[in-house]
Amino acid sequence: MIAASVPAMVRLPVWRARLAVALLLAAFAVLAGRSVYLQSMHTVFLQGKGEARYARVLEIPGTRGRVLDRNGDALAISTPVKSVWAIPDDVKASPQQLASLAALLSLDARELARKLSEAEREFVYLKRQIPPEAAARVAELAIPGIHQQTEYRRYYPGGETMAHVIGFTGVDDVGQEGIELAQQAVLAGTAGSRRVIKDRLGRVVEDVESIRAAQNGRDLSLSIDSKIQNLAFGALKAAVDAHRARAGAIVVLDVRTGEVLALANMPTYNPNNRARLTGAQLRNRAMTDTFEPGSTLKPFTVGLAMETGRITPQTVIQTSPGTLTIANYTIHDAHPGGAMSVAQVIQKSSNVGAAKIALGMSREEMHDMFKRVGFGSAPRLGFPGEAVGKVREAKTWRPVEQATMAYGHGISVSLIQLARAYTVFARDGELAPLSLLKTDAPAEGRRVFSAEVAHAVRDMLEAAVQPGGTAPRARIVGWRVGGKTGTAHKQENGGYAAHKYVSSFVGFAPVSDPRLVIAVMVDEPSAGQYYGGQVAAPVFSQVMQGALRILGAPYDAPLSPIEMPGEGDEAKENT
Amino acid sequence: MAKLNLLLLLVLIVCALGLVTSQHESRKLFSQLEREQERARDLDVEFGQLQLEASTWGLHSRVEKIAAARLGMRVPDPRRVRMMESRTGAGH
Repeated sequence: MIAASVPAMVRLPVWRARLAVALLLAAFAVLAGRSVYLQSMHTVFLQGKGEARYARVLEIPGTRGRVLDRNGDALAISTPVKSVWAIPDDVKASPQQLASLAALLSLDARELARKLSEAEREFVYLKRQIPPEAAARVAELAIPGIHQQTEYRRYYPGGETMAHVIGFTGVDDVGQEGIELAQQAVLAGTAGSRRVIKDRLGRVVEDVESIRAAQNGRDLSLSIDSKIQNLAFGALKAAVDAHRARAGAIVVLDVRTGEVLALANMPTYNPNNRARLTGAQLRNRAMTDTFEPGSTLKPFTVGLAMETGRITPQTVIQTSPGTLTIANYTIHDAHPGGAMSVAQVIQKSSNVGAAKIALGMSREEMHDMFKRVGFGSAPRLGFPGEAVGKVREAKTWRPVEQATMAYGHGISVSLIQLARAYTVFARDGELAPLSLLKTDAPAEGRRVFSAEVAHAVRDMLEAAVQPGGTAPRARIVGWRVGGKTGTAHKQENGGYAAHKYVSSFVGFAPVSDPRLVIAVMVDEPSAGQYYGGQVAAPVFSQVMQGALRILGAPYDAPLSPIEMPGEGDEAKENT
Repeated sequence: MAKLNLLLLLVLIVCALGLVTSQHESRKLFSQLEREQERARDLDVEFGQLQLEASTWGLHSRVEKIAAARLGMRVPDPRRVRMMESRTGAGH
């Protein structure tokens, strides 16, 4: 530095330098203050804002469990589908785009335009639950303002065959009928969510935390065998159609385990397409409707009388002249039969005979027996709307009621209760508990009759399906069967309707070692025939023959073809 | 003293770079995991759909119809069926 070139030093006032320092310090102080303010007082808010730039909360769907049959065939499966929705104000599309959108959603072009013109709404569903392929093509159109969301739709491959057992779910995936409703807690999945960090391209790069773990619903294995179910449904449908009946139901039970192998009702519906559904189609008659069982109850009356030592199968009952009058009420037999053995009372289905046997017992004994075979209490399958049926208190029974109850009048039961009650005969005197879920172990029964009585009644029921009995059409090739028909007048306006009947048949096979109990009920057959032996027994034999073949049960009868009865060889009954 | 500081600085830089790299690696691996999980979910969905398809094609009523109508099959007469005793006890 050359001093000479430097101009004379200008002395600045000291305050200016001080002022500059002070201003700088003040500026720092402001910055520090601000940063303390932001760091300490707004941290949470600001951290949240920052995270919102990269952190996302993702939903993890929890899928509903599948429903399977006993062999693992799928009966109900949830699969993801897309729902397409729009923000009408945001939609900007050319007419061609709208036309192809309408075609993909299979909507009318005008209807689509109407939905999109609802300007005051911010959210409108264009179409719910479309298949993923159509959804992908909608996404390809890339129309602004059109969005999609994933939903789950439940499919039922069994369709109308299984409808009443499985039921269905609503659009929100909650069970509304059948097993779907009864087992909602097991089947339902719960959606979870987690917080993640996403990069610029939307890829998840870090898992921050799991907010709630997703829980998939559990799969459910039913006791239903879809082969037997299909067989039972087909036979029932054919019979209901052929006899122009109002309704019908069938139940197939496994004698050893108490499992329900098949349960079908007519009329039915397709759970995959539930438009125009009526209440009649939805009714699971086998479980929720009760009817007067009629003659199918006679074996229980006889069983009780034998159990208490009052009669033996050979005891002779005088049924002549075919009527019995008790206090103004007359009980009739369709075919007056004179003196019959107890076995013939069952075989010919004599009302007078059954009434006389009942009158030899106390009403408390009979009431107690009906209760012990499960009438008047729900079968506890965990199914919605199980019917309890009606067995009146014993002390309210008048003698005539005790007599008519012997052949199933003045008492009401559901078809599944009736089928279950017959396990008493099929299982050597024990009543089986029922299950709609697959069980592997043989069920523990509750003893009602001794094994000897059960065997004796079994033999009588086998005689009932021989020529001369009420149901020769229930016989099958290869296996011995036993069973009882019922032909009950329907109750209407407090009395019995003259020409409306409920035809039923309950039976089991093979008689030497019963495996299956099948109960069939046909409501108001109106094509001429209405006897249980003509309407319900053929359904029984068809299903029993097929089901025993499917189960591979060993033959216990000669393999000769069965001669179908002529008009005269078939005993008719009127209960 | 200055030399030691320099050395430590160098170590620090290496460590910092290492941290960045491993963080990057971990994110890459994580997104791969994420993709695989996505694929697993997709396969699960596809499995469900295939199962559905299998049940639909395999409906007993359909099989029966085709067996009877197209293949001319029928249930054998019981007299032509021979029952075998199962060694392991009753089947089913």
